[in-house]
Amino acid sequence: MAFVEDLEKPAVRDTTGATLAGFRNAEDLIIPDVKDVVEESVSGHHPHGSDPVSDRTMVLNMGPQHPSTHGVLRLVLEIDGETVVSLAPDIGYLHTGIEKTCEAKFYQQVVPMTDRIDYLCPMTNNLAYALAVEKLLQLEIPERAQYLRVLFNELTRIQSHLVWLGTHAMDIGALTVFLYCFREREQLLRIFEAVSGQRMMTSYIRVGGLALEPPLDIYKQIRTFLKDFPSKIEEYEGLLNSNPIWMARLKGVGYLSAADAIALGVTGPPLRASGVDFDVRRDMPYSGYEKFQFNVPTSTVGDVWARYIVRMQEFRESVKICLQALDGLPEGRITADAPKIVLPDREQMKTQMESLIHHFKIVTEGFQVPAGEATSSVEAPHGMMNYYVVSDGTAKPYRVHMRNPGFATLQALETMCKGKLLADVVAVIGSIDIVLGEIDR
Amino acid sequence: MADEITNPATPEACFGKEAVAAALADHAAIKGLDTLIVDAKWDRKELTLTVAPETIVAAAKAAQAAGYNFLEDVTAVDWYPTEPRFQISYSILSFGLKQRIRLVARIAEGQSIDSITSVWPSANFYEREVFDLFGVHFGGHPRLTRIMMPDNWEGHPLRKDYPVEGYR
Repeated sequence: MAFVEDLEKPAVRDTTGATLAGFRNAEDLIIPDVKDVVEESVSGHHPHGSDPVSDRTMVLNMGPQHPSTHGVLRLVLEIDGETVVSLAPDIGYLHTGIEKTCEAKFYQQVVPMTDRIDYLCPMTNNLAYALAVEKLLQLEIPERAQYLRVLFNELTRIQSHLVWLGTHAMDIGALTVFLYCFREREQLLRIFEAVSGQRMMTSYIRVGGLALEPPLDIYKQIRTFLKDFPSKIEEYEGLLNSNPIWMARLKGVGYLSAADAIALGVTGPPLRASGVDFDVRRDMPYSGYEKFQFNVPTSTVGDVWARYIVRMQEFRESVKICLQALDGLPEGRITADAPKIVLPDREQMKTQMESLIHHFKIVTEGFQVPAGEATSSVEAPHGMMNYYVVSDGTAKPYRVHMRNPGFATLQALETMCKGKLLADVVAVIGSIDIVLGEIDR
Repeated sequence: MADEITNPATPEACFGKEAVAAALADHAAIKGLDTLIVDAKWDRKELTLTVAPETIVAAAKAAQAAGYNFLEDVTAVDWYPTEPRFQISYSILSFGLKQRIRLVARIAEGQSIDSITSVWPSANFYEREVFDLFGVHFGGHPRLTRIMMPDNWEGHPLRKDYPVEGYR
């Protein structure tokens, strides 16, 4: 494998990723299936030759009910002593057939289901779906709605990263951080509850705009939160950054080169921690992100520690974006001017005949979407999230497909863990921040 | 190079290989895939290139060589009862050009399409998902087994002739 190192070195320096075609042998990167792992072990690896005790590997089942697999991920590992020889993820325990269910619903009825895909960032899912359908409808979204979408997306990113930091630290054994993270997360969930009526399954971003005008005092609450939060980030870093156990468990663990990350479809913070400077918000802006100034944190180290540093910096950038959104929040409507698509507000529906008719038609018949296909792409907290919506011209989507970051990132797990210790697998799973809801759908 | 997304000279939508090639003459994908393209569509600022199913590996390699370095997604659409039934959609992104293209191949039921895992290893899970939920066979895939549904599951749930409520 010595030649691999030589191939990888220039790739790390190439931050555009444009010339990274031609990876090392594609076969090496393909993650095995459970059967392969078991068969390989049974057929007898002889890692040390003559020693009768060490000439067999052991197959270890981890999950689906394992606290550090963040849900129902099952891993089948082949281990030689404590070293991982090969590893296969077994997924599907949370498969609920959301894509199939979407095909039987009206376009507006799909929104609550998108909440449940990646349940740590419902607003991001809502936005990705809304953007895809709006592209099909070619709807203009008012600027105020775009700013609020950005604001709540960044708050969602903070919320999701808080869960990541808390659980990741807990997996490593730092229990205190979890309590602090959930303290701040609670504040955010209360903000989400105030705007949408729901703590987690918000369904706040709808096709054509937003569900409701946020309550007036919410901006003050958000500002208070954003004012305090940077000191909280320092508090977490104070607990972790110079903690010798934290450093020993994270530094140099789970290395992923830029070329491998691209070959395996890794996106989001793990990709940027491997030295590829790509962020959908900056490079292919959506929902008015081009109007915001922020940095995209990257690292060229590519280990679990680099992913930790990148996400901690993203906290700060998200705070910056939220403040810009609050400062620049324009006046105006929060929904597109499309009465046949966007539900009228309650007052109009009760007092105007025409609004009542529109309301009745949308609720009972849905709205028709011109035939075609559209892909939306957003930078979710975990990576790049795409929604692919195909319409046949009726009121129900012909096909809704979600490209979720975790599904692809999971394929890089073996590359990151092979030849490393069993305990490192836990650290690596924490660092790629998987949510099984988005993987299994 | 000219940015198709903001270039006002680019038309709103055009269909057919000649029309798209004329409208987006500078586009890296159209240049790179030139002879492989069977049909093309520029719609809602998205470029969809249809290729013959037997040339999919060559098309993927050509797209990669043209700078489209990141395979985002492989998925399928079941156009039952239209023939050929399945549309396999490959979403490919270029980090350098900041552009996305969609490669499309149409295949009939029972027909196999070559796996592109040799071009992008990330196709592994995506193709397994399409195999599991649509029953499309990918030739040359190293481990084509079910990924979402249990191994003993009968049928392919995302096919249009599979009831939403399942068989009871």
